[in-house]
Amino acid sequence: MKILREIIDKVKGPFQKGEKFEKFAPAVNAFDTFLFVPNHTTKYGSHIRDAVDLKRTMVTVILALLPALIYGIYNTGYQYYYQTGEEFTFLDAFIHGSLKIIPMIIVSYVVGLTIEFGFAVYRGHEVNEGYLVTGLLIPMIMPVDIPLWMVGLSVAFAVFIAKEAFGGTGMNILNPALTARAFAFFAYPTYMSGNKVWVSEANNIDSISGETILGSLAAGQQVNFSTSEMFFGSIPGSIAETSTLWVLAGGLVLILTGVGSWRIILGGFIGASIAGILFNLWGLNELMSFSWINHLFVGGLAFGIIFMATDPVSAAQTVKGKWIYGILVGIFCILIRVFNPAYPEGVMLAILLMNVFAPTIDHYVVEKNINRRKKRWTLNQIKTA
Amino acid sequence: MQLAENKIRVRKGFNINLDGEADRILVDLPESKTYGISPDSFFNLIPKMLVKENAKVKKGSPLFFSKNNPRITFTSPVSGSVTAILRGEKRKIIEVIITSDNKNESETFDTKDYVKLDEKNIKELLLKSGSWPFIRQRPYNTIASPEDNPKSIFVSSFSTLPLSFDYNFCLKDNQDEFQLGVNVLKKLTLGKIFLAIDNTSKGFFDKIENVEKIYVEGPHPAGNSSVHIHNVDPINYGEKIWTVNPEDVVNIGIFFKTGIFSCKRTLAVVGSSVEKPKYYNSSIGTSVKNLIDFSKINYKNSRLVSGDILSGKQVGPDNYIDFYSNTFCAIPEGDKHRFFGWIPFVDNFIPSMHKTSLSWIKSNKKKYKVDTNLNGEERAMVVTGEMEKVFPLDIFPMQLIKACLNQDIERMEALGIYEIIPEDFGLIDYGSTSKIEAQKIIKEGIKLMLKEVG
Repeated sequence: MKILREIIDKVKGPFQKGEKFEKFAPAVNAFDTFLFVPNHTTKYGSHIRDAVDLKRTMVTVILALLPALIYGIYNTGYQYYYQTGEEFTFLDAFIHGSLKIIPMIIVSYVVGLTIEFGFAVYRGHEVNEGYLVTGLLIPMIMPVDIPLWMVGLSVAFAVFIAKEAFGGTGMNILNPALTARAFAFFAYPTYMSGNKVWVSEANNIDSISGETILGSLAAGQQVNFSTSEMFFGSIPGSIAETSTLWVLAGGLVLILTGVGSWRIILGGFIGASIAGILFNLWGLNELMSFSWINHLFVGGLAFGIIFMATDPVSAAQTVKGKWIYGILVGIFCILIRVFNPAYPEGVMLAILLMNVFAPTIDHYVVEKNINRRKKRWTLNQIKTA
Repeated sequence: MQLAENKIRVRKGFNINLDGEADRILVDLPESKTYGISPDSFFNLIPKMLVKENAKVKKGSPLFFSKNNPRITFTSPVSGSVTAILRGEKRKIIEVIITSDNKNESETFDTKDYVKLDEKNIKELLLKSGSWPFIRQRPYNTIASPEDNPKSIFVSSFSTLPLSFDYNFCLKDNQDEFQLGVNVLKKLTLGKIFLAIDNTSKGFFDKIENVEKIYVEGPHPAGNSSVHIHNVDPINYGEKIWTVNPEDVVNIGIFFKTGIFSCKRTLAVVGSSVEKPKYYNSSIGTSVKNLIDFSKINYKNSRLVSGDILSGKQVGPDNYIDFYSNTFCAIPEGDKHRFFGWIPFVDNFIPSMHKTSLSWIKSNKKKYKVDTNLNGEERAMVVTGEMEKVFPLDIFPMQLIKACLNQDIERMEALGIYEIIPEDFGLIDYGSTSKIEAQKIIKEGIKLMLKEVG
C-alpha cells in the first residue's frame, strides 16, 4: 500500500495548493479519497470522529440496491426468452439482461459524474458521493429498451436542473433520479409508456407483448399474473423494480444499517395499504378492485418507497415529518394510479409531489416546537408580572 | 423525559468507551514553576490588564479584569512575579504567565462571619478574591454578571463524557467544603440550587443538604447541565440561570472557610497516549509541561487536549491547563491514510454510533483506542435524523445549526439558542456523516447573539 500511496502523492504534486493545477484538485482528490481515507485530522470541535462518512453511507445504499439490480438483469432476459418461447438457462437470461443494462449504467455514470466533477472544480468543493447512488438508480427505473442517448440526456437534465441549479448535493428539492425518469417520461412518452416498451425487444418482435400489470388494468384487461409472481418479480416493468422480494431485502439492509428511514418506509406501506383497502371497498373499476396487497407489489411501489422516498435530502427531515411524508407518499401513489390511469407511474409522481411538500411538512413540525417554546415564555411573563 | 419528581431518564445519546480511562488513584502533582491564565478560557471575555510584567503578585492578587464588567477580576493562582504577558494579533492578550516564588503568600479576605453576610457582601468577596469566574450563566455560558439574580443555580455532580471525570472520587474528602459552598451560593439566588446526581452511583452528593436533587440516568449527554435545566427549570427569554462545576463549589467553600482564594484543580490525565492514567491534585493554571514530565505522557505525535475529548482545547507543551478543565487528554494524532477505509463494515476498530460499522456489537465492553483522524472529508449536509438521535433536548439541532449558519437571529432565538451551549453539540460533531463542525457553528451563532442581542 505504501508504494501506491507514494505514487498518488507524486501524481497529486501539481494539484497542491499554490501549484499550477490547483483548480482541478477536487477531481484528483475524488480518485485519491476513493482509494484512501485521507489523513486529515480534526481541527475544530470534537477531537475524535466517528468512522462513518458520506462515502460509507452512499456505498451502503449501493449494496442495498444490488439484489434488486441483479434480479432486474435476470428478469430482463427472462421476460424476453419467456415470451419468445425459446429455451434458455439462467445464464442466457442474465447475459441478455447484462448486455442491455450495463451500457445504460455506464452512460449514466459517465454523463453524471462528468457534470458533477465539472461543478466540483467550478465551485471549488470536493466531489460529493450522492451521485454514486443516483447514477445507479436512474438505469434501474428506466424501461429496458430506452435508447442510451435518452438515458444520457435525462441524467444531464436531472443533474443540471434538479440538483446543481439548486446549489448541488444537499440542496435539491426533488429526488434527482426520479427527476431523470420524469423528464424522460414527459419528453419521450412513446419510449416510456404503452405496451411495447417493458420487455426487451418488444418493439421489434411482434410476438412479444410488454404490457405492465397497471397498464393492463387501466386498459380494462384481465391480469394474468398471480400475487406470488408479482411479489417475486417475474413480471414486465422498469428494469429493477419488479421484484418486491429483492427490493425488500435491500430495504432490510437500509433499515438495519440505519441509512434509510424506517419511518418513511413503514409510513409509505401503511399509507398505500390504507388507500388500497378503501378503494377495494369502493370497487368501481378494475383498478379500484385490484387487491390492495397486489397494489403493494406492482408498479415499483416498494422500490419507490424504499429507495427513492427515503432520499434524506428531498424527504422530510424531522421525525414527525417523516411519518407524515411517508404515509402521504403511499396514499398519493394509489390515488394517482386509480384516478389517473394514464399515469400508471403513480409512485414516481407521488414521491415527486411529496418532495415538493416535504419542506412545508417540516415547517409545520418545527413551527410547533417554536410555538411551544414561545408559549412557555409568555406564560412565564404572566407568572412573573 | 422527566419521570416522577426530579428523575430524568435520558434516552437519546451515546456513550463512547475509550481506552485510557483514569484509575481511581489520586496523586499530588509537584508545584509547577510557572502558571498561566489564558483569557481565552472565558467565553467572550475582553481582558484589561491590572499588572505589568515583573510585578510581584500574591495568590489572589488581581491580574486583569473584564472590560464589560470591571467588577469581575481574575487573580493569580500562585505567589510570585508576572514574567510574561503574551499578546497575539491586535495586541490580544493570549496568556498571562506567573513564575512561582514558592513562598505561598496569599491575599487574605475576611470571610469569618459568612453566615451573617448578605448577598451583596458575598458577591463582593467572590468578586474581589477572583472566585467569581467560577460561576457561569445561561444563556451563552459566559461568566455570570454580579448584577443578576438567577432564577436557579445548577450543579452537575457527574460527567458522562468519554474518559469522564469522577467527582465523587476526587471530592470525597471535600464534602464539608462542598456543603459550605452550596450554602454560600444559596444566598445568591431566590430560587433553588439543583444538584444533578448520577442515579446509578450516588456517592456523597446524595447527603448534601440545602439543594434540590435531580437523579439522572442514561447515556451522554445525560451529565450536561443543559439537559438538567431543560427538564427541570427550562430557561425562557430574558431569564438567567447559573451553573457551577462541583470542584468550584468546593473552591468557593474553601475560600469562605479560610479566607484565601482557592484554586484547587483535580485533573484526570487520560487517553491512550498516557502511560498510567490517573488523577492528580493540582492547581488552576498548571503548566502542561509540568504535567507531561510528571505523568509520563508520550506527547510526540500526540494530540494534547485541555478539557474533554469532545470539546476541549488543543494545547502544546508550552501552554497551560484551561481554567475550567478537569481533564487532560492525550491521544495519538491520526494523520495516516486508510486504504479503502470507507467500505461499510471494515475498520471496526474505530468506534461508531452508526450501524454501517460493526463496532456497535462490542461497544458496551470494548475500550476503543482512537486517534484524531477525521475519518472522511467534509461534505454537504445530507443525512438527516442522526443529530436528533444523540440530542435529548426538545430542540431541533439541525435546524438550529442551519439558522446559525444563516445568521438568522430571530430563528436562532425561536429554535432555542438560549437553552444550549456549544458543548451540547459535542456528540453531533463526533457522529456527523458530513463531518460538519457543529460546535464551531453554534459558538459563532452564540457570539452573534451576544453582539446583536446581548
